[in-house]
Amino acid sequence: MFNKIYFGAAIAALLVHSFNATAASDTDLQTLRDQVQLLEQRVNQQSNSTPVAATGAISEGAFNPAISLILSGTYGQLQQAEASATGFAMSPNNSGYSQGFSLKESELGISANIDPQFRGVGTFSLDPAGGISVENGFVQTSALGNGLNLKFGRYFSGLGYLNEQHTHAWDFVDQPLVYRVLWDNQIGEDGLQLKWLAPTDMFVEVGGEVGRGRGFPGTDRQNKNGSGAGVLFAHIGDDIGIEHSWRAGASLHQTHAVDRVSTAVPDFHNGFVTNSFSGDSQTTGLDFVWKYSPNGNTANRYVKLQGEYFRRKETGDLTYNTAGTNITDSFDVTQSGWYLQSVAQFMPHWHAGLRYDQLDSGTATVGAMNLANVISNYGYTPKRTSLMVDYNPSEFTRVRVQLAQDESRQGLADKQFFVQYIMSLGAHGAHQY
Amino acid sequence: MKKILYTFLLLLLNNNVQASLNVFACEPEWAALTQQLAGDKVSIYTATGALQDPHQVQARPSLIAKARSAKLLVCTGAELEIGWMPVVLRESANSAIQPGSDGYFEAAHFVSMLEVPTRLDRADGDVHAMGNPHIQTDARNFLPIAEALSKRLTQLDPANTAYYQQQLATFNQQWHTAIAKWEKQAAPLKGVSIIAQHKGFPYLNNWLGLKQVAELEPKPGLEPSAAYLGQVLNELKQHPAKMVLRAAYQDGRPSEWIAERAHVPAVMLPYTVGGTPQATDLFSMFDDTIQRLLAGLK
Repeated sequence: MFNKIYFGAAIAALLVHSFNATAASDTDLQTLRDQVQLLEQRVNQQSNSTPVAATGAISEGAFNPAISLILSGTYGQLQQAEASATGFAMSPNNSGYSQGFSLKESELGISANIDPQFRGVGTFSLDPAGGISVENGFVQTSALGNGLNLKFGRYFSGLGYLNEQHTHAWDFVDQPLVYRVLWDNQIGEDGLQLKWLAPTDMFVEVGGEVGRGRGFPGTDRQNKNGSGAGVLFAHIGDDIGIEHSWRAGASLHQTHAVDRVSTAVPDFHNGFVTNSFSGDSQTTGLDFVWKYSPNGNTANRYVKLQGEYFRRKETGDLTYNTAGTNITDSFDVTQSGWYLQSVAQFMPHWHAGLRYDQLDSGTATVGAMNLANVISNYGYTPKRTSLMVDYNPSEFTRVRVQLAQDESRQGLADKQFFVQYIMSLGAHGAHQY
Repeated sequence: MKKILYTFLLLLLNNNVQASLNVFACEPEWAALTQQLAGDKVSIYTATGALQDPHQVQARPSLIAKARSAKLLVCTGAELEIGWMPVVLRESANSAIQPGSDGYFEAAHFVSMLEVPTRLDRADGDVHAMGNPHIQTDARNFLPIAEALSKRLTQLDPANTAYYQQQLATFNQQWHTAIAKWEKQAAPLKGVSIIAQHKGFPYLNNWLGLKQVAELEPKPGLEPSAAYLGQVLNELKQHPAKMVLRAAYQDGRPSEWIAERAHVPAVMLPYTVGGTPQATDLFSMFDDTIQRLLAGLK
């Protein structure tokens, strides 16, 4: 530091000196140049021998805190109006896209180390219609060591593979159908998560979460102590040679829903009613991802194959037509869904991807009093095929085109076309696996 | 049930207790340097291959698992690994190698950085705030790094201090001799005009006196368009260059495209240990680099 000040002062003095000496001869100038050069050399030598203390170049500390903003928008061309997938009227149906031009949520992210023990992350979603929501707001330990990571606050659950990925890191414009109907696209939790990474050569990670259970399939718990939802997950992964890598996982999610209201549910009387469900919900999931890259150089070319399967069993009571007849009886159903997708970077900066989605609404066991009201079996398999191409001229820009043949709704087959842009500014994003 | 769980935990933890010091090297050149300085006292894992772009690595499960049991992390720093190392470090939950601890070593801290941007603006491409991170192309940079790294090894493993000091002395002596040899061999390269595919050679240019007249990336990290390449080709008519340089991990097409039209050879350099079959350690990496540059001159 002192060296720099000294050097700066010397330069300033020399500059003043040289300005005064407007009529300086060439030899004078040459002497000055030599002197500056000598000083420069000295400073360089000294800064070489006394290295600067680590300023955390690899960490995000260059910007303290690291601030990033994601800007994203879509253009959607749809043939059919929005409707939920057949057999999933009691599930969320937030596609995340709309017809014509639309701004998608802008995501503001701020993160930094809080102190030697903790790191904090806040991700705020700015809704184009107005309003800010806290997408993530968590604190995570950085010094527990021994492979332990504790996270608390609001975070995306560690279940599955896609759930933890932010919207801007998705390979397609929208989430797979199974995520849309079973997790309302992405399940966030208010609670705490503990992960343990085994000290093995192979990647082995187990984790558990307890939380409020605020999002679907749970219902927000008010005036109640204790935890509303629990998650257990395990991941294993490794490389095979330098060209292949993989990760596989299993997860279990458990929650309890109280008066979970669904509107516009079709019934046996050809109408649409509002129902309410209370009961237990248990979901198991399997996920895997495999990546291949010639020489392991993902900058040039790679192929990624991923798939996930979720199966949910719900047991409880269903109140049929809460606004009318209002009949409550038992209701059990097992629903499932899966997707398989592959994305290839076929040349630097260009990706193409193909995804297939399928859902199974299952056959519900409906209590006797509601047998004539509640549809137990829809006899239809919702499915969809999506194709996308994207181009990212720099690491911070992405433009995507997507085509989809959506047959998730019986009799309402839809051909969809999307154009999307995703731009990130500020802190360098992480290359998540 | 509990007993089984505890036994399992103990087994896993036991796995961690190993005789030698586990080193996680971000790039092959640091693995090679650590090998020179620490011999069989350490067991080294190299996170990236010579044919991988170190900017573009993903935080793969295997990297996280290997970082978990490392006692020393040796990386370039200067934001080269900014896309993946923070995630790997965080997920590894290994307090021994977190930034600021003794187990965290960034080579870039021990050399003078070149191309430190005077302004930070992404309009200038993927710039690195701390300067160009490709420090391993100047052989002279290895001297201060080796000294600092050896000191760090001693700190972490004082029992082998004498060994590390002796290794460092040997390395220093051999390296000084080698530098003198390389500089002599490379004398014809002084003042030779070159084109670089990516801004990856300032340290090499600075060392051997090569003169970079153009880059094939309009801005660091950006893909060259056909129009831009055409423009470079035009400029080359005014300022002819002798060869087009690229690192082994880079896609060869842009430099071959320009080489064919400008009638100059496209020269691929190992860039790190393992980048070419000849570059098997630090010494042969520079031997090969200079041989390839001299061959490009003919």
